[in-house]
Amino acid sequence: MNVTEWMPFIVLIPLIAGPICILLPGQRLPWLLAMLSAASALIIAGFTFAEVITNGTLRYAFGNWQPPIGIEYRVDAANAFVALLITGMASIMLAWGKPTVDVEIPERQSSFYALFLLAFAGLLGITLTGDIFNVFVFLEISSLATYALIAHGQDRRALVAAFRYLMMGTVGATFLLIGIGFLYIMTGTLNMMELAERLPALADSRATQVGLAFIVVGFSIKLALFPMHHWLPNAYTYAPSLVTAFLAATATKVALYVLLRFVFTVFAPDYSDAAMPLAIAFAVLAIAGMFAGSWIAIFQKNLKRLLAYSSVAQVGYMVLGASFVTVVGVTASFLHLFNHGLIKGALFMAAGIVFHQIGSARLEDMRGLGRVMPWTLTGFALAGLSLIGIPPTVGFVSKWYLISAAIDAGQTWIVVLILISSLLAVVYIAKLIELFWMQPRPADSPVVQEASPALLIPLWLMVFANFYFGIDTRLTVGGATAAAQAILGVPVGGLP
Amino acid sequence: MKRSTILVVVARFLIPLIMLFALYVQFHGEYSPGGGFQAGVLFAAAWILFVFIYGLETGLRVIPTRVIYALASLGVLLYAFIGLLGVVMGGRFLDFYPLLESPHAAQQAGIILVEFGVGITVATVVMLIFLMFAQRRAMTDAAERNE
Amino acid sequence: MNILSFFNYWAVILLMMIGYYGMIVCGNMIKKIIGLAIFQTAAFILFISAGKVIGGATPILREGIALYSNPLPHVLILTAIVVGVATTAVGLALTVRIYEAFDTIDDDAIDTLEDDK
Repeated sequence: MNVTEWMPFIVLIPLIAGPICILLPGQRLPWLLAMLSAASALIIAGFTFAEVITNGTLRYAFGNWQPPIGIEYRVDAANAFVALLITGMASIMLAWGKPTVDVEIPERQSSFYALFLLAFAGLLGITLTGDIFNVFVFLEISSLATYALIAHGQDRRALVAAFRYLMMGTVGATFLLIGIGFLYIMTGTLNMMELAERLPALADSRATQVGLAFIVVGFSIKLALFPMHHWLPNAYTYAPSLVTAFLAATATKVALYVLLRFVFTVFAPDYSDAAMPLAIAFAVLAIAGMFAGSWIAIFQKNLKRLLAYSSVAQVGYMVLGASFVTVVGVTASFLHLFNHGLIKGALFMAAGIVFHQIGSARLEDMRGLGRVMPWTLTGFALAGLSLIGIPPTVGFVSKWYLISAAIDAGQTWIVVLILISSLLAVVYIAKLIELFWMQPRPADSPVVQEASPALLIPLWLMVFANFYFGIDTRLTVGGATAAAQAILGVPVGGLP
Repeated sequence: MKRSTILVVVARFLIPLIMLFALYVQFHGEYSPGGGFQAGVLFAAAWILFVFIYGLETGLRVIPTRVIYALASLGVLLYAFIGLLGVVMGGRFLDFYPLLESPHAAQQAGIILVEFGVGITVATVVMLIFLMFAQRRAMTDAAERNE
Repeated sequence: MNILSFFNYWAVILLMMIGYYGMIVCGNMIKKIIGLAIFQTAAFILFISAGKVIGGATPILREGIALYSNPLPHVLILTAIVVGVATTAVGLALTVRIYEAFDTIDDDAIDTLEDDK
């Protein structure tokens, strides 16, 4: 099998399956199509990842128009790693989410799954493409689908959350468009590799710096980097469970990947650092986000909102790793990107199951729930331990690499900050565990049953992954290291 | 709505012209300014003008909602099918050279078909956006009358 | 003279600020969407004006013309305009639904409604 010829189908399969999905009747067929396309994208992404790790970069020019005329997909270890995460998460979320969708979106499921496929295809497109305007187009495809998906939530506040996300998201995307405009005016090309070649000659130009600034701010909004995270908590709280779990595990990760791609590959790492104090800005915002997100999370009264604020804090850890501008630091960033996908995926899946069973996400309705739903909430607690970073979980591996990156960069005081902010995570996870098990179930509370195995098996698969990749780190650490080397321009694998 | 003779006469004169212009923009798109997006929007504008004059029900008798939905996704699928045809014939996605022997004719045929798919989708999606808003009003009005 | 030679950029900046101001200040969601559309238009003009080559003809191949304007920005912006139309449609659809659910489309009023719950 020639992997290069198959690689673009990671994006094309969900993109083409979307419009087919609208035409399908009923509830079972659209889901089946979505599931099949996610699974086949996962298989191709797996082969692509293996190929890229051993043989280096793959290139695919659409319509055989070679760049700079045509659009090129250029896949190195970094794209392949992120694509593997997205396709894997989409497959497991779809396998898990069918019962929750049946309850939360009783009508017109075909258009719901079509939107899901478009959002999924958009995220993959951003990841794989080597053309900066294509990034904008796919960003908007996935964003527009995401706004509509969030508006599917049952609570009427889902509409407001979607509207506000639309405002913020479109401003972010337009900033990106302006940034791309500046780069195109200065260099006359949209291909990432050509830009990387031509930009060093324009290093002193004010227009290039402004372009970079617009691009960084635009992606930071999508990434929900603190103080631009305002859209995220409401969007995650009111969206349908499947959408929340999928977005939490993938959307911000893709934004982080593409931000790093711009900052480190399109612009050289030392340029981003020297022309503008990006590293310092990232470090300050990341640390502020780590503390603010965790601190606000402690006081939340809604389980999904609590996890959403925790996501804001975790984005801080990912950006902090990149702010060291070293291979170790960016490795920590990619590693946490992958691991946090596993952690938050599992946590939001458990939260979705609880919502499915008791019909509420408010914490006061969950007192003593641990005795009634032991399987779900044990899974939640184990994923929570992974979020805190207790060995042998993936959370520990991420924190370990982040701390060694900080020490490697000679900034030991950051280690202290990482440990203190982890303690805040201990506080809110402990608060939840206390609520679930230590408090008695109120006498007047409705009868609740444990969820069906169809919901529990995928959850436990994710929890198992949290522990498996905490012990066997060959895939994650190996992939993240290769990704960091690829994105920083250090040669990987056999071919350069 | 009171029907004005002037509006009806002008619209009867204009609607075919707008549609003709849409088709011109569509099928000259491969070597002069134009293409699927613009043609689709023009075509939808003609239909929307028709609905303004004759009412939504008559407009939906011309093209029912289900047909609009089906065409909207079939347009994309035509695009995808032509793209995939390139792969099947041994090229790459959206590669038109393998389609025909003469490279010039192949490019022309490919781009016309692809733009045709784009045109269908854009026209029907614009109709659909208009339809959604128009029907929403009718739906809420009906709900209020029932109360 | 120097200021006028960057006339297109001044137009872009002006439009962008008008749009952004509208988005931030107006409570009415329709006005916010209008502001957003103006804001996006500013970015479109930035691209399109950059594609003009002084003295260049329209980019259609024909005899006797050597200098053409750059058509690529137009193509890119066509895509961006379509995206903008889709964004506006989604925004307006959400506004309609919000009006049905809350009986208001004022952002601040919705904030107070939410706080009551």
